[in-house]
Order: sequence, then C-alpha cells, then structure tokens
Amino acid sequence: MGKIFSIAQNTFRETIRDRVFYSLLFFALILIALSMILGNLTLTKPIKIIHDFGLGSISIAGTLIAIFVGIGMLYKEMDKRTIYTILSKPIHRWQFLIGKYLGLGLTISVEVVVMSLIVFLLSFYYVPEIPLKLFFAIVPIFFELMLILAFSFLFSSFSSSFLSGMFTLSIFVIGHFTSDLKMLAQGTDNVIFQKLSIFLFYFLPNLEALNFKPEVVHNLAISYEKLFFSIIYAISYTIVVLLIAIFIFNRRDIK
Amino acid sequence: MSIKNAVEIQNLSKSFKTGLKKRFQALNNLSLTIKENEIFGYLGANGTGKTTTFKLMLGLIFPDTGDIKFWGVSFQDVKTRANIGYLPENPYFYSYLTGQESLNFTASMFDMKSNIKKERINEMLDLVNLQHAKDIQLRKYSRGMLQRLGIAQALVHDPKLLILDEPMSGLDPMGRKDMRNIILSCKDQGKTVLFSSHIISDVEMICDRASILSNGVLKKIITVDDIMDRDSNGWEITFKGNADTIESINSKNENFILKQLSAKDIFLLKAIDKKIAFEILNIIQKQGAELLSFVPLRISLEEIYIATTLKKDQ
Repeated sequence: MGKIFSIAQNTFRETIRDRVFYSLLFFALILIALSMILGNLTLTKPIKIIHDFGLGSISIAGTLIAIFVGIGMLYKEMDKRTIYTILSKPIHRWQFLIGKYLGLGLTISVEVVVMSLIVFLLSFYYVPEIPLKLFFAIVPIFFELMLILAFSFLFSSFSSSFLSGMFTLSIFVIGHFTSDLKMLAQGTDNVIFQKLSIFLFYFLPNLEALNFKPEVVHNLAISYEKLFFSIIYAISYTIVVLLIAIFIFNRRDIK
Repeated sequence: MSIKNAVEIQNLSKSFKTGLKKRFQALNNLSLTIKENEIFGYLGANGTGKTTTFKLMLGLIFPDTGDIKFWGVSFQDVKTRANIGYLPENPYFYSYLTGQESLNFTASMFDMKSNIKKERINEMLDLVNLQHAKDIQLRKYSRGMLQRLGIAQALVHDPKLLILDEPMSGLDPMGRKDMRNIILSCKDQGKTVLFSSHIISDVEMICDRASILSNGVLKKIITVDDIMDRDSNGWEITFKGNADTIESINSKNENFILKQLSAKDIFLLKAIDKKIAFEILNIIQKQGAELLSFVPLRISLEEIYIATTLKKDQ
C-alpha cells in the first residue's frame, strides 16, 4: 500500500505543477464568469443560469482534465523514460497503475472541489443561502469523471496518446447518448442498425444515468434510489475498466 | 566456499515487431552466467541488444523464450528486483522534483524503515557529491549531475546486484574516473556489477570478465586477467644509445626489429621471444645506454573485440 501511496502522491504533485491543469481551471473560471454575464442578461432568474452553467463547467472542464491527464499518464512516463526507473523496482505493474489512477483521481477531486466552491460563492452572491442541493449533481459528476479517467487509462494502456484522447472523448459523447441510441433502434426497421444500437447501449457506459443537473437546476424531485444505484453503477464500471487496463498493461513491453 | 552465481541467463531470445509480418531479432539465444561479486562488462556496439538484455532482466519487456534467474529465483518474481539497482542509459527523472525528493521517491519503492531511508539518502548524496544540490529541482541539473543522481538512486536501497546501462556515457574524464571508483567500491562491498559499454578501455580497466555481443548474439566471454597475463605479441624496448650499442645488439643476429626513431639517438626494438628481449636488455645495460621503456606487447581487449565482431560478419 505504501508504494501505491507514494506513486499517487508523486502523480498528484506532478499534475498540480503542470500548466495544463491550471489552464483548464482557468477555462472553467471563464465559463463560470460567462454564466454571471448570461445570468444578468436573461429574463429568467440568474441563479438558475449560475447553477446550470456552473455544473456544466464542472462537468466539461473536469472531463477535459480527466482526458488530458489520463492519456498523458503513460505517454509522458514512456516519452520521458521515467517509467524505467520505477518499473525496475520491486513493484507490480498494477500497483503502478492504481497509484497513478489514485493520484490523478485526487487531482480531479481538487479540481471539482475548487470549482464547486466558486459556484457556491457565486450562488451565495445572488441568493444568500448555501445551495446544498447542488451536491446531488456534483457527486455523480465526480464519479462520471473517475469513470472517464479509467477509460483514458484503458486506451492509453495500448494506444497512442492522440488515439486514446479521441477514444475517450468518443466514450464521453456516446455515453451521453446511449439512451437515444436505444430509442433510435426501436424506431428503425434496419436490423443491423438495431443490433448495433442495442449492443452500444448495453456495452458502453450510460453516462446520462449520472446526469442529475436538470433535477437540481429546475428544483425537480430527486430519486435517492436512482442516485445511489447510478453511483454504484459508475463505481462498478470503473473497476471493470481498470481491471481490463491492468490486464493489458501487464502484458505490454515497455520499450 | 563455492562462488554462487548472481545471474543465470538461459537461452534468452527477444524479437520486436517492425511491420505487419516483419520481426527484428534483438537477442538470439543468449546464455550467460555472472558470478557473485564480479564486475562484468557487457560490450557491444549500439543496437546490438545490450539494453534489451537489461530490460528483459528487469521485467520491462518479456522474452520470447528463455529464462533469467537471480540467485536462483526467476526474474518473474518482482521481489528479485529488491536486490537490483538499475541505472538506465541517459536516466531521466521527474524534473519537478528536487534531488532529495527524487531519491526519497525511489527509496519509497523499497520496504525501508524511514530512519534508514533518511540515512541512506544522505549517504548517497555524499557519495555522488550532490549534497549541495539536494534542494534544487532536477530540471536545473546538468547532464553529469543527472548521471550521478542516477547512480545514487540505483544504490539507495543497498542492492546486491548493480545493472548499469552505459554508466560512463556523457561524463567528462573526471566524472568517468569517479564512476569507475564507485563501481570498484561496490565490488569491495561484495556487490556484483554488470555494466554495458561501447568504450572498451573502461571495461578493460575495471572488469573481471567481459562479454562481446554482436547483432543479438553472444560472441565471446573474456577474462580480463587473461589478457593482462598474455605476452604472446612480444616485447618492445626503447632506449637512448650510440653506435657501439647498436653494433653490439646487431652482432647478436637474432630475430628482432630495430628502428631508429625521429630523435637521432633513440631506438625502438621489437622482439617476439622473451629470452631474446631480456638478452638485449642486458646488452643495453652493459653498454651503459639509457633504457627508456621495456614493455610486453599484449593483445588488447579492443583487438579481441574487433577480431570477434569482424569474424561474425564474414
């Protein structure tokens, strides 16, 4: 456990000293600032825009950070040859991968916490009360980001950083449309398209299951049962994806 | 007490995919044994499979066939690496860490108690003369400093076996001397050292044995002591003498070559036979001529290396 912790700590240290992290955080701040401007311009209550944009920013900036740091994880280690000095020590490859994952997970947690604080402060500025309900959207977003991170690990365990980025981004996009895929499948007579859509629906993660933003922003009732099972679903999916990544990485030549 | 084998490599082969159906044979059926407490030089030109062998030993890449054992335990057991210190060629570290942080991170990969860890890191910084730079980020280190840090991280856990990939490359003459001294002191501490190089003089100076690798095939294993003991190429004598000395020598009418060097009264004599060489030495001394040098002509490791690598190409 000590070795995993050391790798996680070192990975976290690396990312918070990385410029990409700060530029994405800056990007998130711009999105939030934009939400303030829009909030003041629209006829609806500005607080809704603040919440909607704020949560959207946490999700998008978080996803970009997860993809960037995730695909860079192995690529940078191989490119800078730092991986040789680590993997030549008495450490299992799974320990290395899990340590890296936890370190980057911690980075994403910090990013989510910082951005949430900003959204909370903004919200407090407009309506002087703590918008605790936002947590119902932020917590599932966090688990979605951890799943996206696991996917970026999986793809980078066997492909180039560019391809890994494209694959992971595709998972993010398709993951939010799998329900639509199923609906499309039901509405078509094309058997091949039907089968493909159904396969994608069951095989790819249903990231919409982790989207509680509409309920939170529009003050709709939230099903705690649905929230609970969505998080369990995300955790289970993440574990499976990481296990596959470890399986592939264990067999890879570190040339 | 019998000498144990630190490393046993048996029938090791490794190929890499270079195209759809093409493969490059990086290592071909390598078998090699390295004894405990010996310094073993792994010679070969660039791209002959030296680094591939090391990466296989450390489990960074996987062999097509064959096995590697460290003190009888297979390389597949990651615990074997607790006894190995590895310095990769041109080592790279996390540039955002300081020298001390970097060593601390490396040490955390071993099950070391924190007080011992601290002590060892301090010792290593002293050994490689980086105490003054321990709080500086590695991005500001010079090439030589990184190489020294590389040896420190390889030794921080006090391993029994050191695997050094081109440890002298990029070092200035002083740095190379320091590196040689560190390697020799490791031997004194009972450690086994395996190091690769394409600089033959480094190997000749410090190794007990050396192997020559060419195109992924082990061509020869040489005991360096054997080279030093050998005098089959004859003897070379340089002296300052006059016409009388030369006349006396020529009167021997034996099998030797005598040449006058550019300086008028300095002569070079080559004799194949040891007995003749000593007889001529005797004449020089009797004539009162000044002896400048008297050296055995040994076949150098370089000559063996060239002969071996040329042979395989034919």
